[in-house]
Amino acid sequence: MHASFDTALAIPAVRFEGVARHFGPVKAVDGVDLSILPGEFFAMLGPSGSGKTTCLRLIAGFEQPDAGHIEIFGEKVEGLPPYRRAVNTVFQDYALFPHLSVGDNVAYGLRVRGVGRAERDKQAREALAMVKLAGMESRRPAQLSGGQRQRVALARALIVRPKVLLLDEPLGALDLKLREEMQLELKGLQRALGLSFVFVTHDQGEALSMADRVAVFNEGRIVQVGPPEEVYERPRTRFVARFVGSANVLSAAEAEALGAPARPSSLRPEKIALMSAGASAPAGTVVLDAVIVDVSYQGPVRRITARTPAGLVLVAAVPAGQVGKIERGGPVRFAVRYDALQPMESGE
Amino acid sequence: MKALAAAPHEGTPRRLSDLLVRRHNLLVLILLVPPLLWLGMVYLGSLFVFLAQSIFSIDEFSGTIVREPTLATLAELFRPANFDILMRTVGIAAAVTLLSAIIGFPMAYYAARYAGPRAKAAFYLAVMMPLWSSYLVKIYGWKLLLAKEGAIGWIAGRLGLGPALEAWLALPLVGGPSLSVSYTGMVLVFTYLWLPFMILPMHAALERVPSSLIEAASDLGASPGRAFRTIILPLALPGVVAGAIFTFSLTLGDYIAPQIIGTSALVLGQAVYTLQGTAGNIPLAAAFSLVPILVMALFLTLAKKTGAFDAL
Repeated sequence: MHASFDTALAIPAVRFEGVARHFGPVKAVDGVDLSILPGEFFAMLGPSGSGKTTCLRLIAGFEQPDAGHIEIFGEKVEGLPPYRRAVNTVFQDYALFPHLSVGDNVAYGLRVRGVGRAERDKQAREALAMVKLAGMESRRPAQLSGGQRQRVALARALIVRPKVLLLDEPLGALDLKLREEMQLELKGLQRALGLSFVFVTHDQGEALSMADRVAVFNEGRIVQVGPPEEVYERPRTRFVARFVGSANVLSAAEAEALGAPARPSSLRPEKIALMSAGASAPAGTVVLDAVIVDVSYQGPVRRITARTPAGLVLVAAVPAGQVGKIERGGPVRFAVRYDALQPMESGE
Repeated sequence: MKALAAAPHEGTPRRLSDLLVRRHNLLVLILLVPPLLWLGMVYLGSLFVFLAQSIFSIDEFSGTIVREPTLATLAELFRPANFDILMRTVGIAAAVTLLSAIIGFPMAYYAARYAGPRAKAAFYLAVMMPLWSSYLVKIYGWKLLLAKEGAIGWIAGRLGLGPALEAWLALPLVGGPSLSVSYTGMVLVFTYLWLPFMILPMHAALERVPSSLIEAASDLGASPGRAFRTIILPLALPGVVAGAIFTFSLTLGDYIAPQIIGTSALVLGQAVYTLQGTAGNIPLAAAFSLVPILVMALFLTLAKKTGAFDAL
């Protein structure tokens, strides 16, 4: 029992090896290697056009790679059509069949597998109960709200017991409150089912809060993969620093001027503290006097953009309560701990 | 505020448009009254007056219309000679509709799913172009193509299919002395004439099927054939039905093509034409005219029963 569990762990749920997919001159996916573990919640994060959705479609089989190999649980799947792959997709637009009832939508995968009417109705009822839509079987998709459609799409994909569930920006069309609810539910469902979820999103908050590991995409390539804390705290490149949590990016010279190693570095806005005028610098910090360029109120925090006399522009996120009198054009004193500067591999 | 309220140019047209914006029901009324008058009185009214004649009868000796309600005229439709005309016409219309759907679907499907912008423009042009030329020219053109010494017979001969054509023409019902005087020829001509009316609504219906639905079916394990039967076809069905309404009713009502291409046996349109013209039997002509309306009503009821409009 234990041995087989170990072997299962050894085989990645999804493995990409040098995968490329080009559309004419556009390199949508340009040499991607990745390995998604069984039972892992894996987020693909990136701006639109970064190749994350194409990667998802390559796993599903809607696209075929121009180069490289794709394996699903150790099995090469190049050339395998979507209907022969043990993965299922929750589509961005949900793609519910408008001419079928909710129950028949959910049972569709069982129907094409030849499961009898009574059995598939029973399983559809259970699947709908699992996504908290019990009793909605006979409705039409058009009669449901966006959040409900999303759940139907989820039930429909899960009913055929995929080995990997692919989710293409599934929360994009929902309003904020519903999105937060669904985030929790998806995470709970994934834990309960022990399935690999591959989740495509352009929302860094969503990726960080839900995923076990995040892959950050840019221009058809993965620029960084790792647990959310690592990607957030230690971005490897300027792109990751900026895209994930909009960090300040300092050149090697600017970092050195703050007493840090002479390497391109990132500095999180929330690591910058505000000091009252005249206070002395605590140990291990460097104090920067700057002029405020912009202040924006964001509920719990205020984002203060300020420029030092040396021309360095920094953004600080300060708890709203700490902020006294602050106005554009006024002076501000920042305190930055030396170790808050994270050296990056590249300033690009 | 005052400057805003008193707009600098306060003309009558401006005040009128302000009024129409505020009371958009008035606008709807103004827009709809003329067409409704036209549709209601001129079109539906005269149609109703004409159809109502079917409850009158004709005096066989004097040839005058007896204006007393009777079902005798309607019952006359079931006399073998008249009933034959009805069955023949409905049969031809059904064959034309089926053939149009079979020929049109792949074209509509290709244009909706695979064609690029240029191919799509070419498709629209190719489908619409036959509609731009005269209907009579097209029918006479087909008569030449279908004639015994015509192009179709010649090509069939060259391809060694002459005997097959002969065998087909020797069949009862569909055959005849040549294609140009057979039901086969008539169905071919009608199919040619009405094909655009089948293709365009089917194409419109197929265009509205998002490709993600087909991907979802495939994702859930449906083979392409299965996805076609369970997703694409049901969603395209309203378009097919709309096209069928055109091909069916246009064939039911036509009386020119059968005169040029067909056999000596009449179709419904010809029957109405001769009855109201030479024979002066308006009541029976009206009774015949009721048939296409009833047939279409039946067809739509059946289509609704089979769920053709569920996706609308």
